[in-house]
Amino acid sequence: MATLDSKTPPGPLADKWRKHKADMKLVNPANKRKYEVIVVGAGLAGASAASSLADMGYKVKCFVFHDSPRRAHSIAAQGGINAAKNYQNDGDSVYRLFYDTIKGGDYRSREANVHRLAEVSVNIIDQCVAQGVPFAREYGGLLANRSFGGAQVSRTFYARGQTGQQLLLGAYSALMRNVGAGTVELHTQREMLDLVIVDGQAKGVVIRDLVTGAIERHAADAVVLATGGYGNVFNLSTYARGSNATAIWRAYKRGACFANPCYTQIHPTCIPVSGDYQSKLTLMSESLRNDGRIWVPKKAEDRRKDPSAIADADRDYFLERMYPAFGNLCPRDIASRAAKRVCDEGRGVGPSGLGVYLDFSDAISRLGANGVRERYGNLFDIYHEITAESAYEQPMRIFPAVHYTMGGLWVDYNLMSNVPGLFVLGEANFSDHGANRLGASALMQGLADGYFVIPYTIGDYLATQKPGSCPKADGPEFKAAEDNIRTMTKRLLDNPGREPVSHFHKRLGKLMWEFCGMARTKAGLETALQKIPELREEFWANVRVPGSGDSLNQSLEQAGRVADFIELGELMCRDALTREESCGGHFREEHQHPDGECKRNDEGFGHVAAWEFKGPGQAPARNVEALNYESVKMSVRNYK
Amino acid sequence: MVAANSTQPLSITLRVWRQADARQPGKFVEYQARELSPDMSFLEMLDVVNDQLTVKGEDPIAFAHDCREGICGTCSCTINGKPHGPGRGVATCQIYMRTFRDGDVVTVEPFRAAAFPVVKDLVTDRSAFDKIQSAGGFITVRAGSAPEANGLPVPKPDADLAMDAATCIGCGACVAACKNASAMLFVAAKVSHLGLMPQGQAERDRRVLAMVGTMDELGFGNCTNYYECSAACPKLISHDFIARMNGDYLKASFRAALKPESAGASGGV
Amino acid sequence: MHFFGSLFRSSIGRKVLMAVTGLILIGFVIGHLVGNLQVFQHPDHLNGYAQFLQQLGPWLWVARGVLLVSVVIHVWAATVLTLENNRARGPEAYRIKHTIRATLASRTMRLTGYVVLAFVVYHLAHFTWGSVSRESFKDNLELYTMQSDYKFAGIPVVKAGAEVHDVHEMVVLGFSHPLVSLFYIVAVGLLSFHLLHGLDSMFQTLGLRSGRWSGALRTIAVVFCVTYFAGNLLIPGAVLAGNLRPHTAGPAFSSR
Repeated sequence: MATLDSKTPPGPLADKWRKHKADMKLVNPANKRKYEVIVVGAGLAGASAASSLADMGYKVKCFVFHDSPRRAHSIAAQGGINAAKNYQNDGDSVYRLFYDTIKGGDYRSREANVHRLAEVSVNIIDQCVAQGVPFAREYGGLLANRSFGGAQVSRTFYARGQTGQQLLLGAYSALMRNVGAGTVELHTQREMLDLVIVDGQAKGVVIRDLVTGAIERHAADAVVLATGGYGNVFNLSTYARGSNATAIWRAYKRGACFANPCYTQIHPTCIPVSGDYQSKLTLMSESLRNDGRIWVPKKAEDRRKDPSAIADADRDYFLERMYPAFGNLCPRDIASRAAKRVCDEGRGVGPSGLGVYLDFSDAISRLGANGVRERYGNLFDIYHEITAESAYEQPMRIFPAVHYTMGGLWVDYNLMSNVPGLFVLGEANFSDHGANRLGASALMQGLADGYFVIPYTIGDYLATQKPGSCPKADGPEFKAAEDNIRTMTKRLLDNPGREPVSHFHKRLGKLMWEFCGMARTKAGLETALQKIPELREEFWANVRVPGSGDSLNQSLEQAGRVADFIELGELMCRDALTREESCGGHFREEHQHPDGECKRNDEGFGHVAAWEFKGPGQAPARNVEALNYESVKMSVRNYK
Repeated sequence: MVAANSTQPLSITLRVWRQADARQPGKFVEYQARELSPDMSFLEMLDVVNDQLTVKGEDPIAFAHDCREGICGTCSCTINGKPHGPGRGVATCQIYMRTFRDGDVVTVEPFRAAAFPVVKDLVTDRSAFDKIQSAGGFITVRAGSAPEANGLPVPKPDADLAMDAATCIGCGACVAACKNASAMLFVAAKVSHLGLMPQGQAERDRRVLAMVGTMDELGFGNCTNYYECSAACPKLISHDFIARMNGDYLKASFRAALKPESAGASGGV
Repeated sequence: MHFFGSLFRSSIGRKVLMAVTGLILIGFVIGHLVGNLQVFQHPDHLNGYAQFLQQLGPWLWVARGVLLVSVVIHVWAATVLTLENNRARGPEAYRIKHTIRATLASRTMRLTGYVVLAFVVYHLAHFTWGSVSRESFKDNLELYTMQSDYKFAGIPVVKAGAEVHDVHEMVVLGFSHPLVSLFYIVAVGLLSFHLLHGLDSMFQTLGLRSGRWSGALRTIAVVFCVTYFAGNLLIPGAVLAGNLRPHTAGPAFSSR
């Protein structure tokens, strides 16, 4: 069994990080250049980590599967980034951001990590502004804020509806500065296919050059994974098509524990599915809920009616009705489930009946069409492109979609996994969001990890490694890992199957959405746990991967990723089945209050479940890290 | 309102550029795409065609794509001669089949430029943009050294204009659309974004000289003010930024020529 | 050094050269037109003006040198930029050629440039060197006696009674050939079209074109080019229409 020591520093919550920074070992400046660090991924977390480590003097190699590090899916985050600046003088503080995040996560995150996140949130804004991120400003030239779900203060900084893009481009510019200076060696169009462990420590990776097909070995003193979340297990999601779990899944298979895989976030405001060919669901920023009102007809028979023909009295503004204190701005998991509930009651709108209205007519009469255009114009344009409908004239139709995964590789307070030398940042780890993430917190976490946590904590590990002790990439462990990848590639290419990869991905997605989606049951999860292994067998028997392994082969890339998704989907269902409670994004129908709210079981499940790979065909082991709440009392989340 | 014909399926003939890699010659190959939903995106149509090719045992069409919501800048098809296809201010992934009519012949080519060699079929190598970026597209500030964010007010109009420039998604459509394959709009967008912010002033001259210099070395063409770039740009970034960069470049060149050099410029050794 | 080096080496530098030389040449063609419009006044004016320019001596050669260097740089930069631009597309051209909004003027700059260059050479051969239409060249015409002082900026620069070249007569005779006039009109038309993009482009290149001003600039460019074309059309037009006749055959100008 893996030992899960969270390494949470002792002392009062607010002093932990400060004290820990003072206690950690340091690497002297002359020695830093003797250490090589591999960073996989260049989204917010990866790019900020790679550039920060390079700025400190470490030798950094950065790998991305995209053609440029500017493409990672952090770029698609629309709404904003939280920070406890209290520029609005509305009572915000580090503690309040910490508290909102802990509560929003349904008391399933580690207190110390979340407090640190809230502490460094203010530095992130400073850093990004200094980099030239063009945040929205007020006429006085100072930074503007907007409010976001799950908070009663305005603490979200934004750059129109493209905050993620601007923050990523900031991190990317810092990364490219180091690439230009020769302090980061950038490898684009490279996919990490295996983690190499030497003497129990992460010391390298095996990479496939996606253009030439070459399999490369790279050794380093430490490996940092910042490869994002695994929501594409569901096939249809708001993730980019290329987003994948391969790096973290292969690390899991090398011994890193996978924590809370069942915690997936379903975002309430996405454009509904239109057909079977669909490849992608598009998010409409949560910020729309600031001014849009969500409703469905009160009577099921009205659901096909023209919405403008339904009188106000016949509309059910269900979020305002159910959660009067937070109304349309209640957290994502709650809003999503409420939407599912009204659709299950037969009141859903649109051709499929899987949709609710997000109505701006009140906002338009209050602010005028131009006022609304100024705030949300680009989102309305996106909606129009996709649906050919104008949200200025009729309400948007929205439905929840998979958007984020709170689970990920288990890490301690230093963001190091249970495999020494393997650090995991951003969405790829499990650390800060508990069972549900609040809006505008993903960007915050990615940048916190990369700019302000890993620069300190990696030194604490590297100081224990002798400078220059990094193994050579020709050792037996590297060779074994490379052989493993070659075998798998050959097996995929030579498979005498008939179905394209997408066939299996779609089927997996349907299984996951049905049985491990917004609401889960014991029976459903058991069904999934029977069907997913069957699907896996079928995949390996019947997948067809055309082309060769020595050139650009997108089918081959996708095949490897889907193979991993199938296995990960199984682990998600296993985790969901074992977690006999409802919390945040994990809703088990058996465990709910009479009003349909999550019923947690703090006694039995107030812990992190970190799964450990035990070999192919073996059941994984479930390790537990207890969550000790010292400052906050676990209580029932109440947004009413 | 949903267009009246929006539910009618349509069929089109695709003429797609197929090229195994940069060294081998390419050619157009025709494919039939039948019974397409008008709500399908252009890339989803390619997905469907590729699945059919795979089942038939043929090599699927390689095309670049990722976020499929118009922000990552990966997708890059030239559809009927226009980078990103019909439509204004959108990327390839935001083209929907309702744009086409039943029976249309649709020609799909890669973004063509010497600086963007073809990797395979419709996929090109746009790493030249990264090189330009690494030459100067940044403000040097290491984590931990930033001053308080509200310590430096930025006039709202400047911040808004900087944001206009900063929306560039780095897709390369400006290069692909320019009759000279010039990268001026891309470079101008970055130079203007940072040059408009007070934070970006310290490196303003150095940035524009270095980025333009690198652009010139990479084999892009020269701007002759056709303004095709800004018309093809999925974010409709204005070519006014090119004028702004031209001015910046001139001023920076003057200053570089006239400014006395500090004896400590070499680090004071 | 860096500054001049970058002017000739960098893409923006070469475009600045295009713009600056273009500006000099625009200045010249405006002055040239304004000077020549004196043909509609008493022959003393055009002939006195021509004599005045001749009297500038070395300064005339300085001006000619500047113009010549401008033309050379303008053509050199255009050629280098064009060659680079052709290479920049890469090994394959687009199968479907599509233009979103580039104007016809902008897309025909090379063509109009070549024609204008050819015309300039012909025009010099015609009126400056006398290598074509020799019979009507000024050297072969009778000298003209100034009947009044020609004043430039209020200062009499050519005195009454001076014997000068009869440029007025040469111009009128020169344009009495319909083919010559037609070539002249076409060439000046193309030059105006060239300037339509050139003028706008010049401001863009020098970083002086943006925002609302760019709309006004576009209008200014159109008005300028139309006016310039109309001004140039007047001389051969008047000759062909018979409004402008050799002064030796009676009153030089009549409104009929």
